[in-house]
Amino acid sequence: MTVGSFDLTIAIGGEAGQGIATPGDILARIFVRRGLHLNTYNAYQSIIRGGHIFLYLRVCDQEIFTHGDKIDILMCLNQDTMDRHLQLMRPGSWVLYNEDNIKPGEAGDGIQLCPLPVTKLSVSRNRLSQNTMAVGAASHLLGLDFQVLEESLTLRFQRQGQAVIDENVSVARAGYDHSVANFEAFDQTVPTGPTPLAVWSGNEALAMGGAAAGVKFYAAYPMSPATGVLHWMAQNARNLGIMVRQVEDEIGVANMVIGAAHTGCRAMCATSGGGFALMTEAVGSAAMMEIPAVFIDVMRAGPSTGVPTKTEQGDLWQVLGASQGDFERFIVAPTTPADCFNTMPELFNLTDKYQCPGIVVTDLLLSEGRFSIAPDLIDMHPHIDRGELITKGSSTDGYMRYKDTETGISPRAVPGLEGYVHVVATDEHDENSQLLSDEFTNPHKRRKMVEKRARKFKVAINDIKPPELEGSADAEITLIGWGSTYGVIREAVEILAQEGVAVNHLPIKWIVPFHGEVITDILSKSKRVVVVENSFSGQFYRYMRSETGLSVDGHIRKYDGEPFIPHHIVDGVKAHLAEKIECFVPYQEAIT
Amino acid sequence: MATTMPATDDKPVIPLTARDFKGQVDPDWCPGCGDFGVLNALQRSCAELGLRPHEILTVSGIGCSSNLPGYFNSYGMHTLHGRSLAVATGAKLGNHRLHVIVTGGDGDGYGIGGNHFTHTARRNVDLTYVVMNNQIYGLTTGQVSPTSTMGMKTKSTPFGSVEAPLNPITSAIMNGATFVARGFSGDVRHLTELMKQAIQHSGFSLIDIFSPCVTFNHDNSNAFFKERVKKLEDEGHDTSDWKTACEKAMLFGDTIYTGLFFQKQAPTLGGSEPVLEPDQPLGLQTLGLDKEQTKRIIERMM
Repeated sequence: MTVGSFDLTIAIGGEAGQGIATPGDILARIFVRRGLHLNTYNAYQSIIRGGHIFLYLRVCDQEIFTHGDKIDILMCLNQDTMDRHLQLMRPGSWVLYNEDNIKPGEAGDGIQLCPLPVTKLSVSRNRLSQNTMAVGAASHLLGLDFQVLEESLTLRFQRQGQAVIDENVSVARAGYDHSVANFEAFDQTVPTGPTPLAVWSGNEALAMGGAAAGVKFYAAYPMSPATGVLHWMAQNARNLGIMVRQVEDEIGVANMVIGAAHTGCRAMCATSGGGFALMTEAVGSAAMMEIPAVFIDVMRAGPSTGVPTKTEQGDLWQVLGASQGDFERFIVAPTTPADCFNTMPELFNLTDKYQCPGIVVTDLLLSEGRFSIAPDLIDMHPHIDRGELITKGSSTDGYMRYKDTETGISPRAVPGLEGYVHVVATDEHDENSQLLSDEFTNPHKRRKMVEKRARKFKVAINDIKPPELEGSADAEITLIGWGSTYGVIREAVEILAQEGVAVNHLPIKWIVPFHGEVITDILSKSKRVVVVENSFSGQFYRYMRSETGLSVDGHIRKYDGEPFIPHHIVDGVKAHLAEKIECFVPYQEAIT
Repeated sequence: MATTMPATDDKPVIPLTARDFKGQVDPDWCPGCGDFGVLNALQRSCAELGLRPHEILTVSGIGCSSNLPGYFNSYGMHTLHGRSLAVATGAKLGNHRLHVIVTGGDGDGYGIGGNHFTHTARRNVDLTYVVMNNQIYGLTTGQVSPTSTMGMKTKSTPFGSVEAPLNPITSAIMNGATFVARGFSGDVRHLTELMKQAIQHSGFSLIDIFSPCVTFNHDNSNAFFKERVKKLEDEGHDTSDWKTACEKAMLFGDTIYTGLFFQKQAPTLGGSEPVLEPDQPLGLQTLGLDKEQTKRIIERMM
C-alpha cells in the first residue's frame, strides 16, 4: 500500500434512505480541502430504500489508488451494520453507533466502542440528526478542530439557509463534545497537503474529458453504473453549449449520436453492458458509414440484468465482438480516474482521424468511485485534431465520400456544403456512395472497399502508446491487469515489496489496437506471469492469448461483485509463489 | 420547416426543376411500384419550394422504399432498419439549418422502428417523415406488416393475418405529431402539395402514403385505392379538430380519406433548446472550452 504517515479509512453503513451520502460528503470535503488524497467506494444495492449500504472513505497524505484493506472508524447507522462489520474490525479501530437503537456485539480486543446517546444529546428531532452527531463525534476521534467541521457544515448546507446550518452545527457540536468527554482520539493530528484537491468520480472524469475534447452532442438512457455521465452532461449542458438528450432506448441513443456526428459534432454516449448490447448494431453502422462516434460501456456484473450495482470486467468480449461483420473499432480501458479524463480527447482524435467507432470500457469501481484530483492536473484544453474533416467551402471537383486513398482515409464533408452532396450508407457502397447491390453485387468493388476500410488501421497502432512494465524487470512474478485493476495491483506490488517479495506490473489500457509484440517481448523476460482480472472466465487472458499466442503461469480472478482490495492480490501472489495453482480466487470478507 | 439555409453567396439562384433532384442511379423498384410516384412528388415539391440539394438531408432505414436517398439528389443517410428517425433527430440537432426528410416503409417505421416513431412525434422534432406504406414486407419477399389488414394472406400468414393493423394517422396524432397527413402515390399532384406543406411545417410532420406493392400485395392495389380515396379538403375538414381527424382516419372501407388530417403549431425540440443558436449549428462550431467555462467546471469540484 502507498503508505503515508497518515492513512485511514472511515466506513459508514446503514440502509438506503438513511442519508449515508451526506456525512460521507461532509467528511470527504474536509479532507480534500486540506489537500489530503481521497478514495471512496460505495457498496450498495439496486434499491431506493432499505438494504445495506456501506461507504468506504480512505484518506491519505500520499496519492492512493484503492479504498484499502482496513477500516479505522466504523459508523453504524443501523443494527445491521453493527452485526455485519464488528467482527471484521481490527485492534486500534473505533465503532461509533447510536446507543438508543443499536446493540453492540462482542467487540474484539483493542476495538473502542463509542456509543452515542443520540436522544439525550440531540437538540433536533430530525431523524437524520444521528448522522450529523456521528460526524461530530468522528471529527474528534480524527483529531479535527470543531471549527473545521463547522466550516464544512456551513458550506454543505448554505443553500438550505441559516436555520438548517445552525441545527446541524449544534447537533454536530453535541456529538463532538460527547466524544471529547468520553472517547480517546486518534493519536495523530490530521496533516495538511500542499494545495486543496478537487473531487470527481470516474463517470464525471469521462464526461469532463468528453467536454474538453469538444463533445457537442450527448445522448443516454439511464442505466447504472453509467448514469453519472448523463447527470454531469445534463448539469453542464447549457454552460458548455452541449446538446444533451435522454432518449427512449439505447438503440435510439446510439443512432442519434451517429446522426449528430455525421453533421460534424463530436458526439458520445455512455451505458452499461445491457444498454451497450442494444447499441451494437449502430456501432457497425458507424464503421460502415465511416462516422466517428464514441460509446462508453461502464461494466457491471452480468450476464443479463446481473447484479446492477456491482462491479465486474465481463464485457470485454462483448465490446470486441459488438455488431455483425468484420471491421475495426478502437477499444480502450482507462486505468485511473485521471486516465478516464485524458482518454476522451485522445480517443476522439483517433476516431476523427480514422473515421470509425471508438469504445471506452470502464467498470462500476472506476466510474462510481469518488476520488481526489489536483485541479492543475486536469487539462481542460487538450490538443484537438479532427483529421480530414471538411466543414466549410464548396467543391466543383466531383467529390467522392469514400475515395479509395493510399491511407484508406477519405476526406469527410459534413452535410450542408455545396458541391459535396453525397449519401452515406450502411449497405456496402462504392467510392461514390452507390450501393453495390444497385447494379450487381460486384465482387471486385466489394473487395476494394473492405480493403480500403481495413487499410486505415494498418498504421493506427503507431498512434497508441505501448504498455510499459512498472517495477524491476527481475521480479519473481509479473502481474498483468487491464483497465481499473491498475490501482489495486499497484498498491499490492508496494505491499509485497515491503514484505520482500519482488513483483512487477504490466498494466494494459489499449485493447484495440493491441500491442501484442511489445507485450510478448516484455513477458518473455518475466520469470512467472499471473493475470489479474475481475471475471470468471478470464476474458482478457483469452484475448491476449488469441492475439499473441502467449500462455501464462497463473491467474487471480474475482467475480463476486465486490472489487479487489490490495490484500486479495497480495494473498494471490503468495499462493502462486507457494505452490503451482492455476487460479487463485480471493475470499471476500463479509458477514452474511 | 421554419429554418432555412442562408444563401451561401450573392450569385443569382437559378430555379431548379424536379429533374435536378434526380439521384446518381435509377430506382431498382419493380415496374409499377407506388414508390415511383412518391419519389416524383418529393422531387417536384423540393423544386417548387426552391430548395437546393445541399440544403436537404434525406435519411432512411432499410426496405425497398428506404433506398430512396440513393435515387434523390441531396445529402443522404441510408441507415439501419428502423433507425432512420433516431439518426435524423441527431442530424437535425447537429445542424438545425438542414431540411431533414426521412423516408421509409411501414415495416421500417411502424414495426421495428415503432418506438422511435412514437417518441420523435411527441418531441416534435422539426423534420418531415414520408412513409411509403404498402402494407407488406416487400424486400424480404412478402410477409405480413404492421399495417396489413386482418385476414391478409402472406408468406408468414398463409392462413390469413389474425392481428389488427396499426393506424399510422391516429397513432401519430395521439403521440403528439403536429402535422399528420395521408397521401396516395397514384395522385402525384395532390401528394406534391401535401409534401410542400409538410416540409414547410415547423415541427414533426408525417405523411403516410398508400404506395401499393405490385409484386406482393394483391389486396391493396393501385386500383383498390383509386376507387376509394377521397380528399379531406373537398369536404371542408377542420385540420385543428383531432377527434374528427381520428374518426375519418379510421375509415378503411368504400371511402378512404387522404389529405391533411391534423395540424397544430407547437414548440419544436430544437426551438426549445437554448444551446441551439440560430446561426451556429453545433456541428460547425469550433471545438474547445473557454476560460470562463473551465473555471465554472473546476469550481464545482472543489
